[in-house]
Amino acid sequence: MRGWTTLTGKAVALAQANVDTDQLIPARFMSAPRSEGYGTFLLHDARQDDPEHVLNRFTGAEVLVTRRNFGSGSSREAAVYALVDFGIRAVFAPSFGDIFAGNAVNNGLLPARVSEDEIEALIGQIGAGEVSATIDLAAGRAVIAGTELSLDLDPVWQQKLVNGWDDIDLTAQHGKQIDAFRATRNAAHPWVVPATKDGAAS
Amino acid sequence: MTAPRTLLEKLWTAHEILRRDDGTSLLFVDRHLVHEGSHHAFAKLKERGLQVAAPELTFGVVDHYAPTRAGAVAPDIRRMIKTLGENAEAHGLKLFDLRDPGQGIVHVIGPEQGLTLPGLLINCGDSHTSTHGAFGALAFGVGATEVAHILATQTIWQKRPKSMRITVEGALGPGVTAKDLALHWIAELGADGARGHAIEYAGPVVRALSMEGRLTLCNLSIEGGARLGLVAPDEVTVAYIKGRPFAPKGADWEAALADWQELHSDAEADFDREIRLDGSAIAPTVTWGTSPEDALPITAQVPDPARLDGSRRETVQAALDYMALSPGMALDQVAVDQVFIGSCTNGRIEDLRLAAKVLDGRKAKVPGLVSPGSAQVKKQAEAEGLAQIFTAAGLEWANAGCSMCVGMNGDRVEAGKRCASSTNRNFKGRQGRGARTHLMSPAMVAAAAVSGHLADVRPLLEGRV
Repeated sequence: MRGWTTLTGKAVALAQANVDTDQLIPARFMSAPRSEGYGTFLLHDARQDDPEHVLNRFTGAEVLVTRRNFGSGSSREAAVYALVDFGIRAVFAPSFGDIFAGNAVNNGLLPARVSEDEIEALIGQIGAGEVSATIDLAAGRAVIAGTELSLDLDPVWQQKLVNGWDDIDLTAQHGKQIDAFRATRNAAHPWVVPATKDGAAS
Repeated sequence: MTAPRTLLEKLWTAHEILRRDDGTSLLFVDRHLVHEGSHHAFAKLKERGLQVAAPELTFGVVDHYAPTRAGAVAPDIRRMIKTLGENAEAHGLKLFDLRDPGQGIVHVIGPEQGLTLPGLLINCGDSHTSTHGAFGALAFGVGATEVAHILATQTIWQKRPKSMRITVEGALGPGVTAKDLALHWIAELGADGARGHAIEYAGPVVRALSMEGRLTLCNLSIEGGARLGLVAPDEVTVAYIKGRPFAPKGADWEAALADWQELHSDAEADFDREIRLDGSAIAPTVTWGTSPEDALPITAQVPDPARLDGSRRETVQAALDYMALSPGMALDQVAVDQVFIGSCTNGRIEDLRLAAKVLDGRKAKVPGLVSPGSAQVKKQAEAEGLAQIFTAAGLEWANAGCSMCVGMNGDRVEAGKRCASSTNRNFKGRQGRGARTHLMSPAMVAAAAVSGHLADVRPLLEGRV
């Protein structure tokens, strides 16, 4: 994953609460390999039923402004793949599903939490159209349709988005500590290891 | 004297390998459960030429795509199951495949096999991993990037969630279950009401629940936005675990019992949030909308958007449009087209027993499917005569799997059809494109089956419980 610091693009509004990950990508598409691209699956059923859907009209949108509890539900990272492959780089909402937000950051997608009042004002301003948006991750600021917003972003996530960190490499540096921790834990609490390899009565 | 600690703090400390200055902990993972959906993570591992770090702590299960009925299996479903088999073999993982007598839904078989134990950290690439918290285990769902990380390192980076305690006083009435309690609190606090929190469930109602009930309660924590759910282990927990295939034996068992004594929140421990509920006041509960927070007692009416303000009005209107319901309609008059009993939420033996009590000697007025949570549950239900009650009532008795909860294994609700369902999500399209889902307990599903509409199960259970 590559990091990023600034974005200048277009924002659209999805005036819905509780956009869960089943809506973001229906389960029937999740057997596809990622290499085929997941963009066409994004909000598939809603978009197929509605040619005037905001993401059918503005296929170049990079920022999504939406209501509370975005990305709730299933842990499917495919929901993030669908957003990212469509071209979305940031989602602004009053709240996100916890697992979704973690998945988003792991794929360079910014889950930006702003207040409900700010979101409602933005949704009113954007309406069914497309507006300009700029994001400065390092400064923790964004401007959407001329409205300045400060990003309530966990500093760890901010660093991760900026640097494009890969956790596996990061963790590898702690290999010795992990091994030592495990040895100590297994010695003090031998029952934590499964009783048998295959579950057969011993 | 050490400061009083919550169960969450104790579990966290026991797994913390290190903590960075920014507050993120590196935690050791005791059990990692993978399923067909983990193919993205195995692909990431392959890309980097890595092997699974701790295959003896990693277990594979065929559940999401498991076909539950005889007939042709779609090629993509077959491929997903085959891929998991290949990955399990390549990395030397124990796999509960379709032929294994222990096969079933990952969150049913973990406890059933004794893989789920108090005090463990359990991860799985599935949001309902919160289920395992019913044993006093630190259990939470993760996405594919994190699954790959756990496969490669047997660890996970996490910030400790805030703590929240839901204390339920009183007693649940007859026909009122852990499912009703869960839907009740989610409706009270909202589908994001517990966001960023670990919930510990406490109080006499929780203590009185069986392991099955506690599993249902912890399972649904995620539907209220919580990262995980917890119930402190007690004699009910211990009795459930003893003798399970992977559970500790001999001296290890004694050591485990001693360690588990410590797994409770200390009397004076501080929680970031405290919620108190009266269990006696909870009625059988059903959902009317497209989020689990859209739940009401069966005795209530469909809400009227005109009486709501702002964005809530739009949200409720959109839900009613999708669900084809009119404001003010009595919930117990909503006709259903079909029913489903099963899932990681409510596919356990106790769920089937209570549903069978309702169905015994009665006929379902609509078609329905019953998919036990595991092959073991299936066997037991057949031995107890429950399967015969379901089929005599006119319902179809299927094999174990995620089945009609998730709409990816061939079991689906057709567009425009209304299903009374013992599952966990009434999201748009969850059970199939255009499907209309009403969530409720298995007993309430059985009541809907014999009534042909959503119905209060209490009169139907009179003299039977």
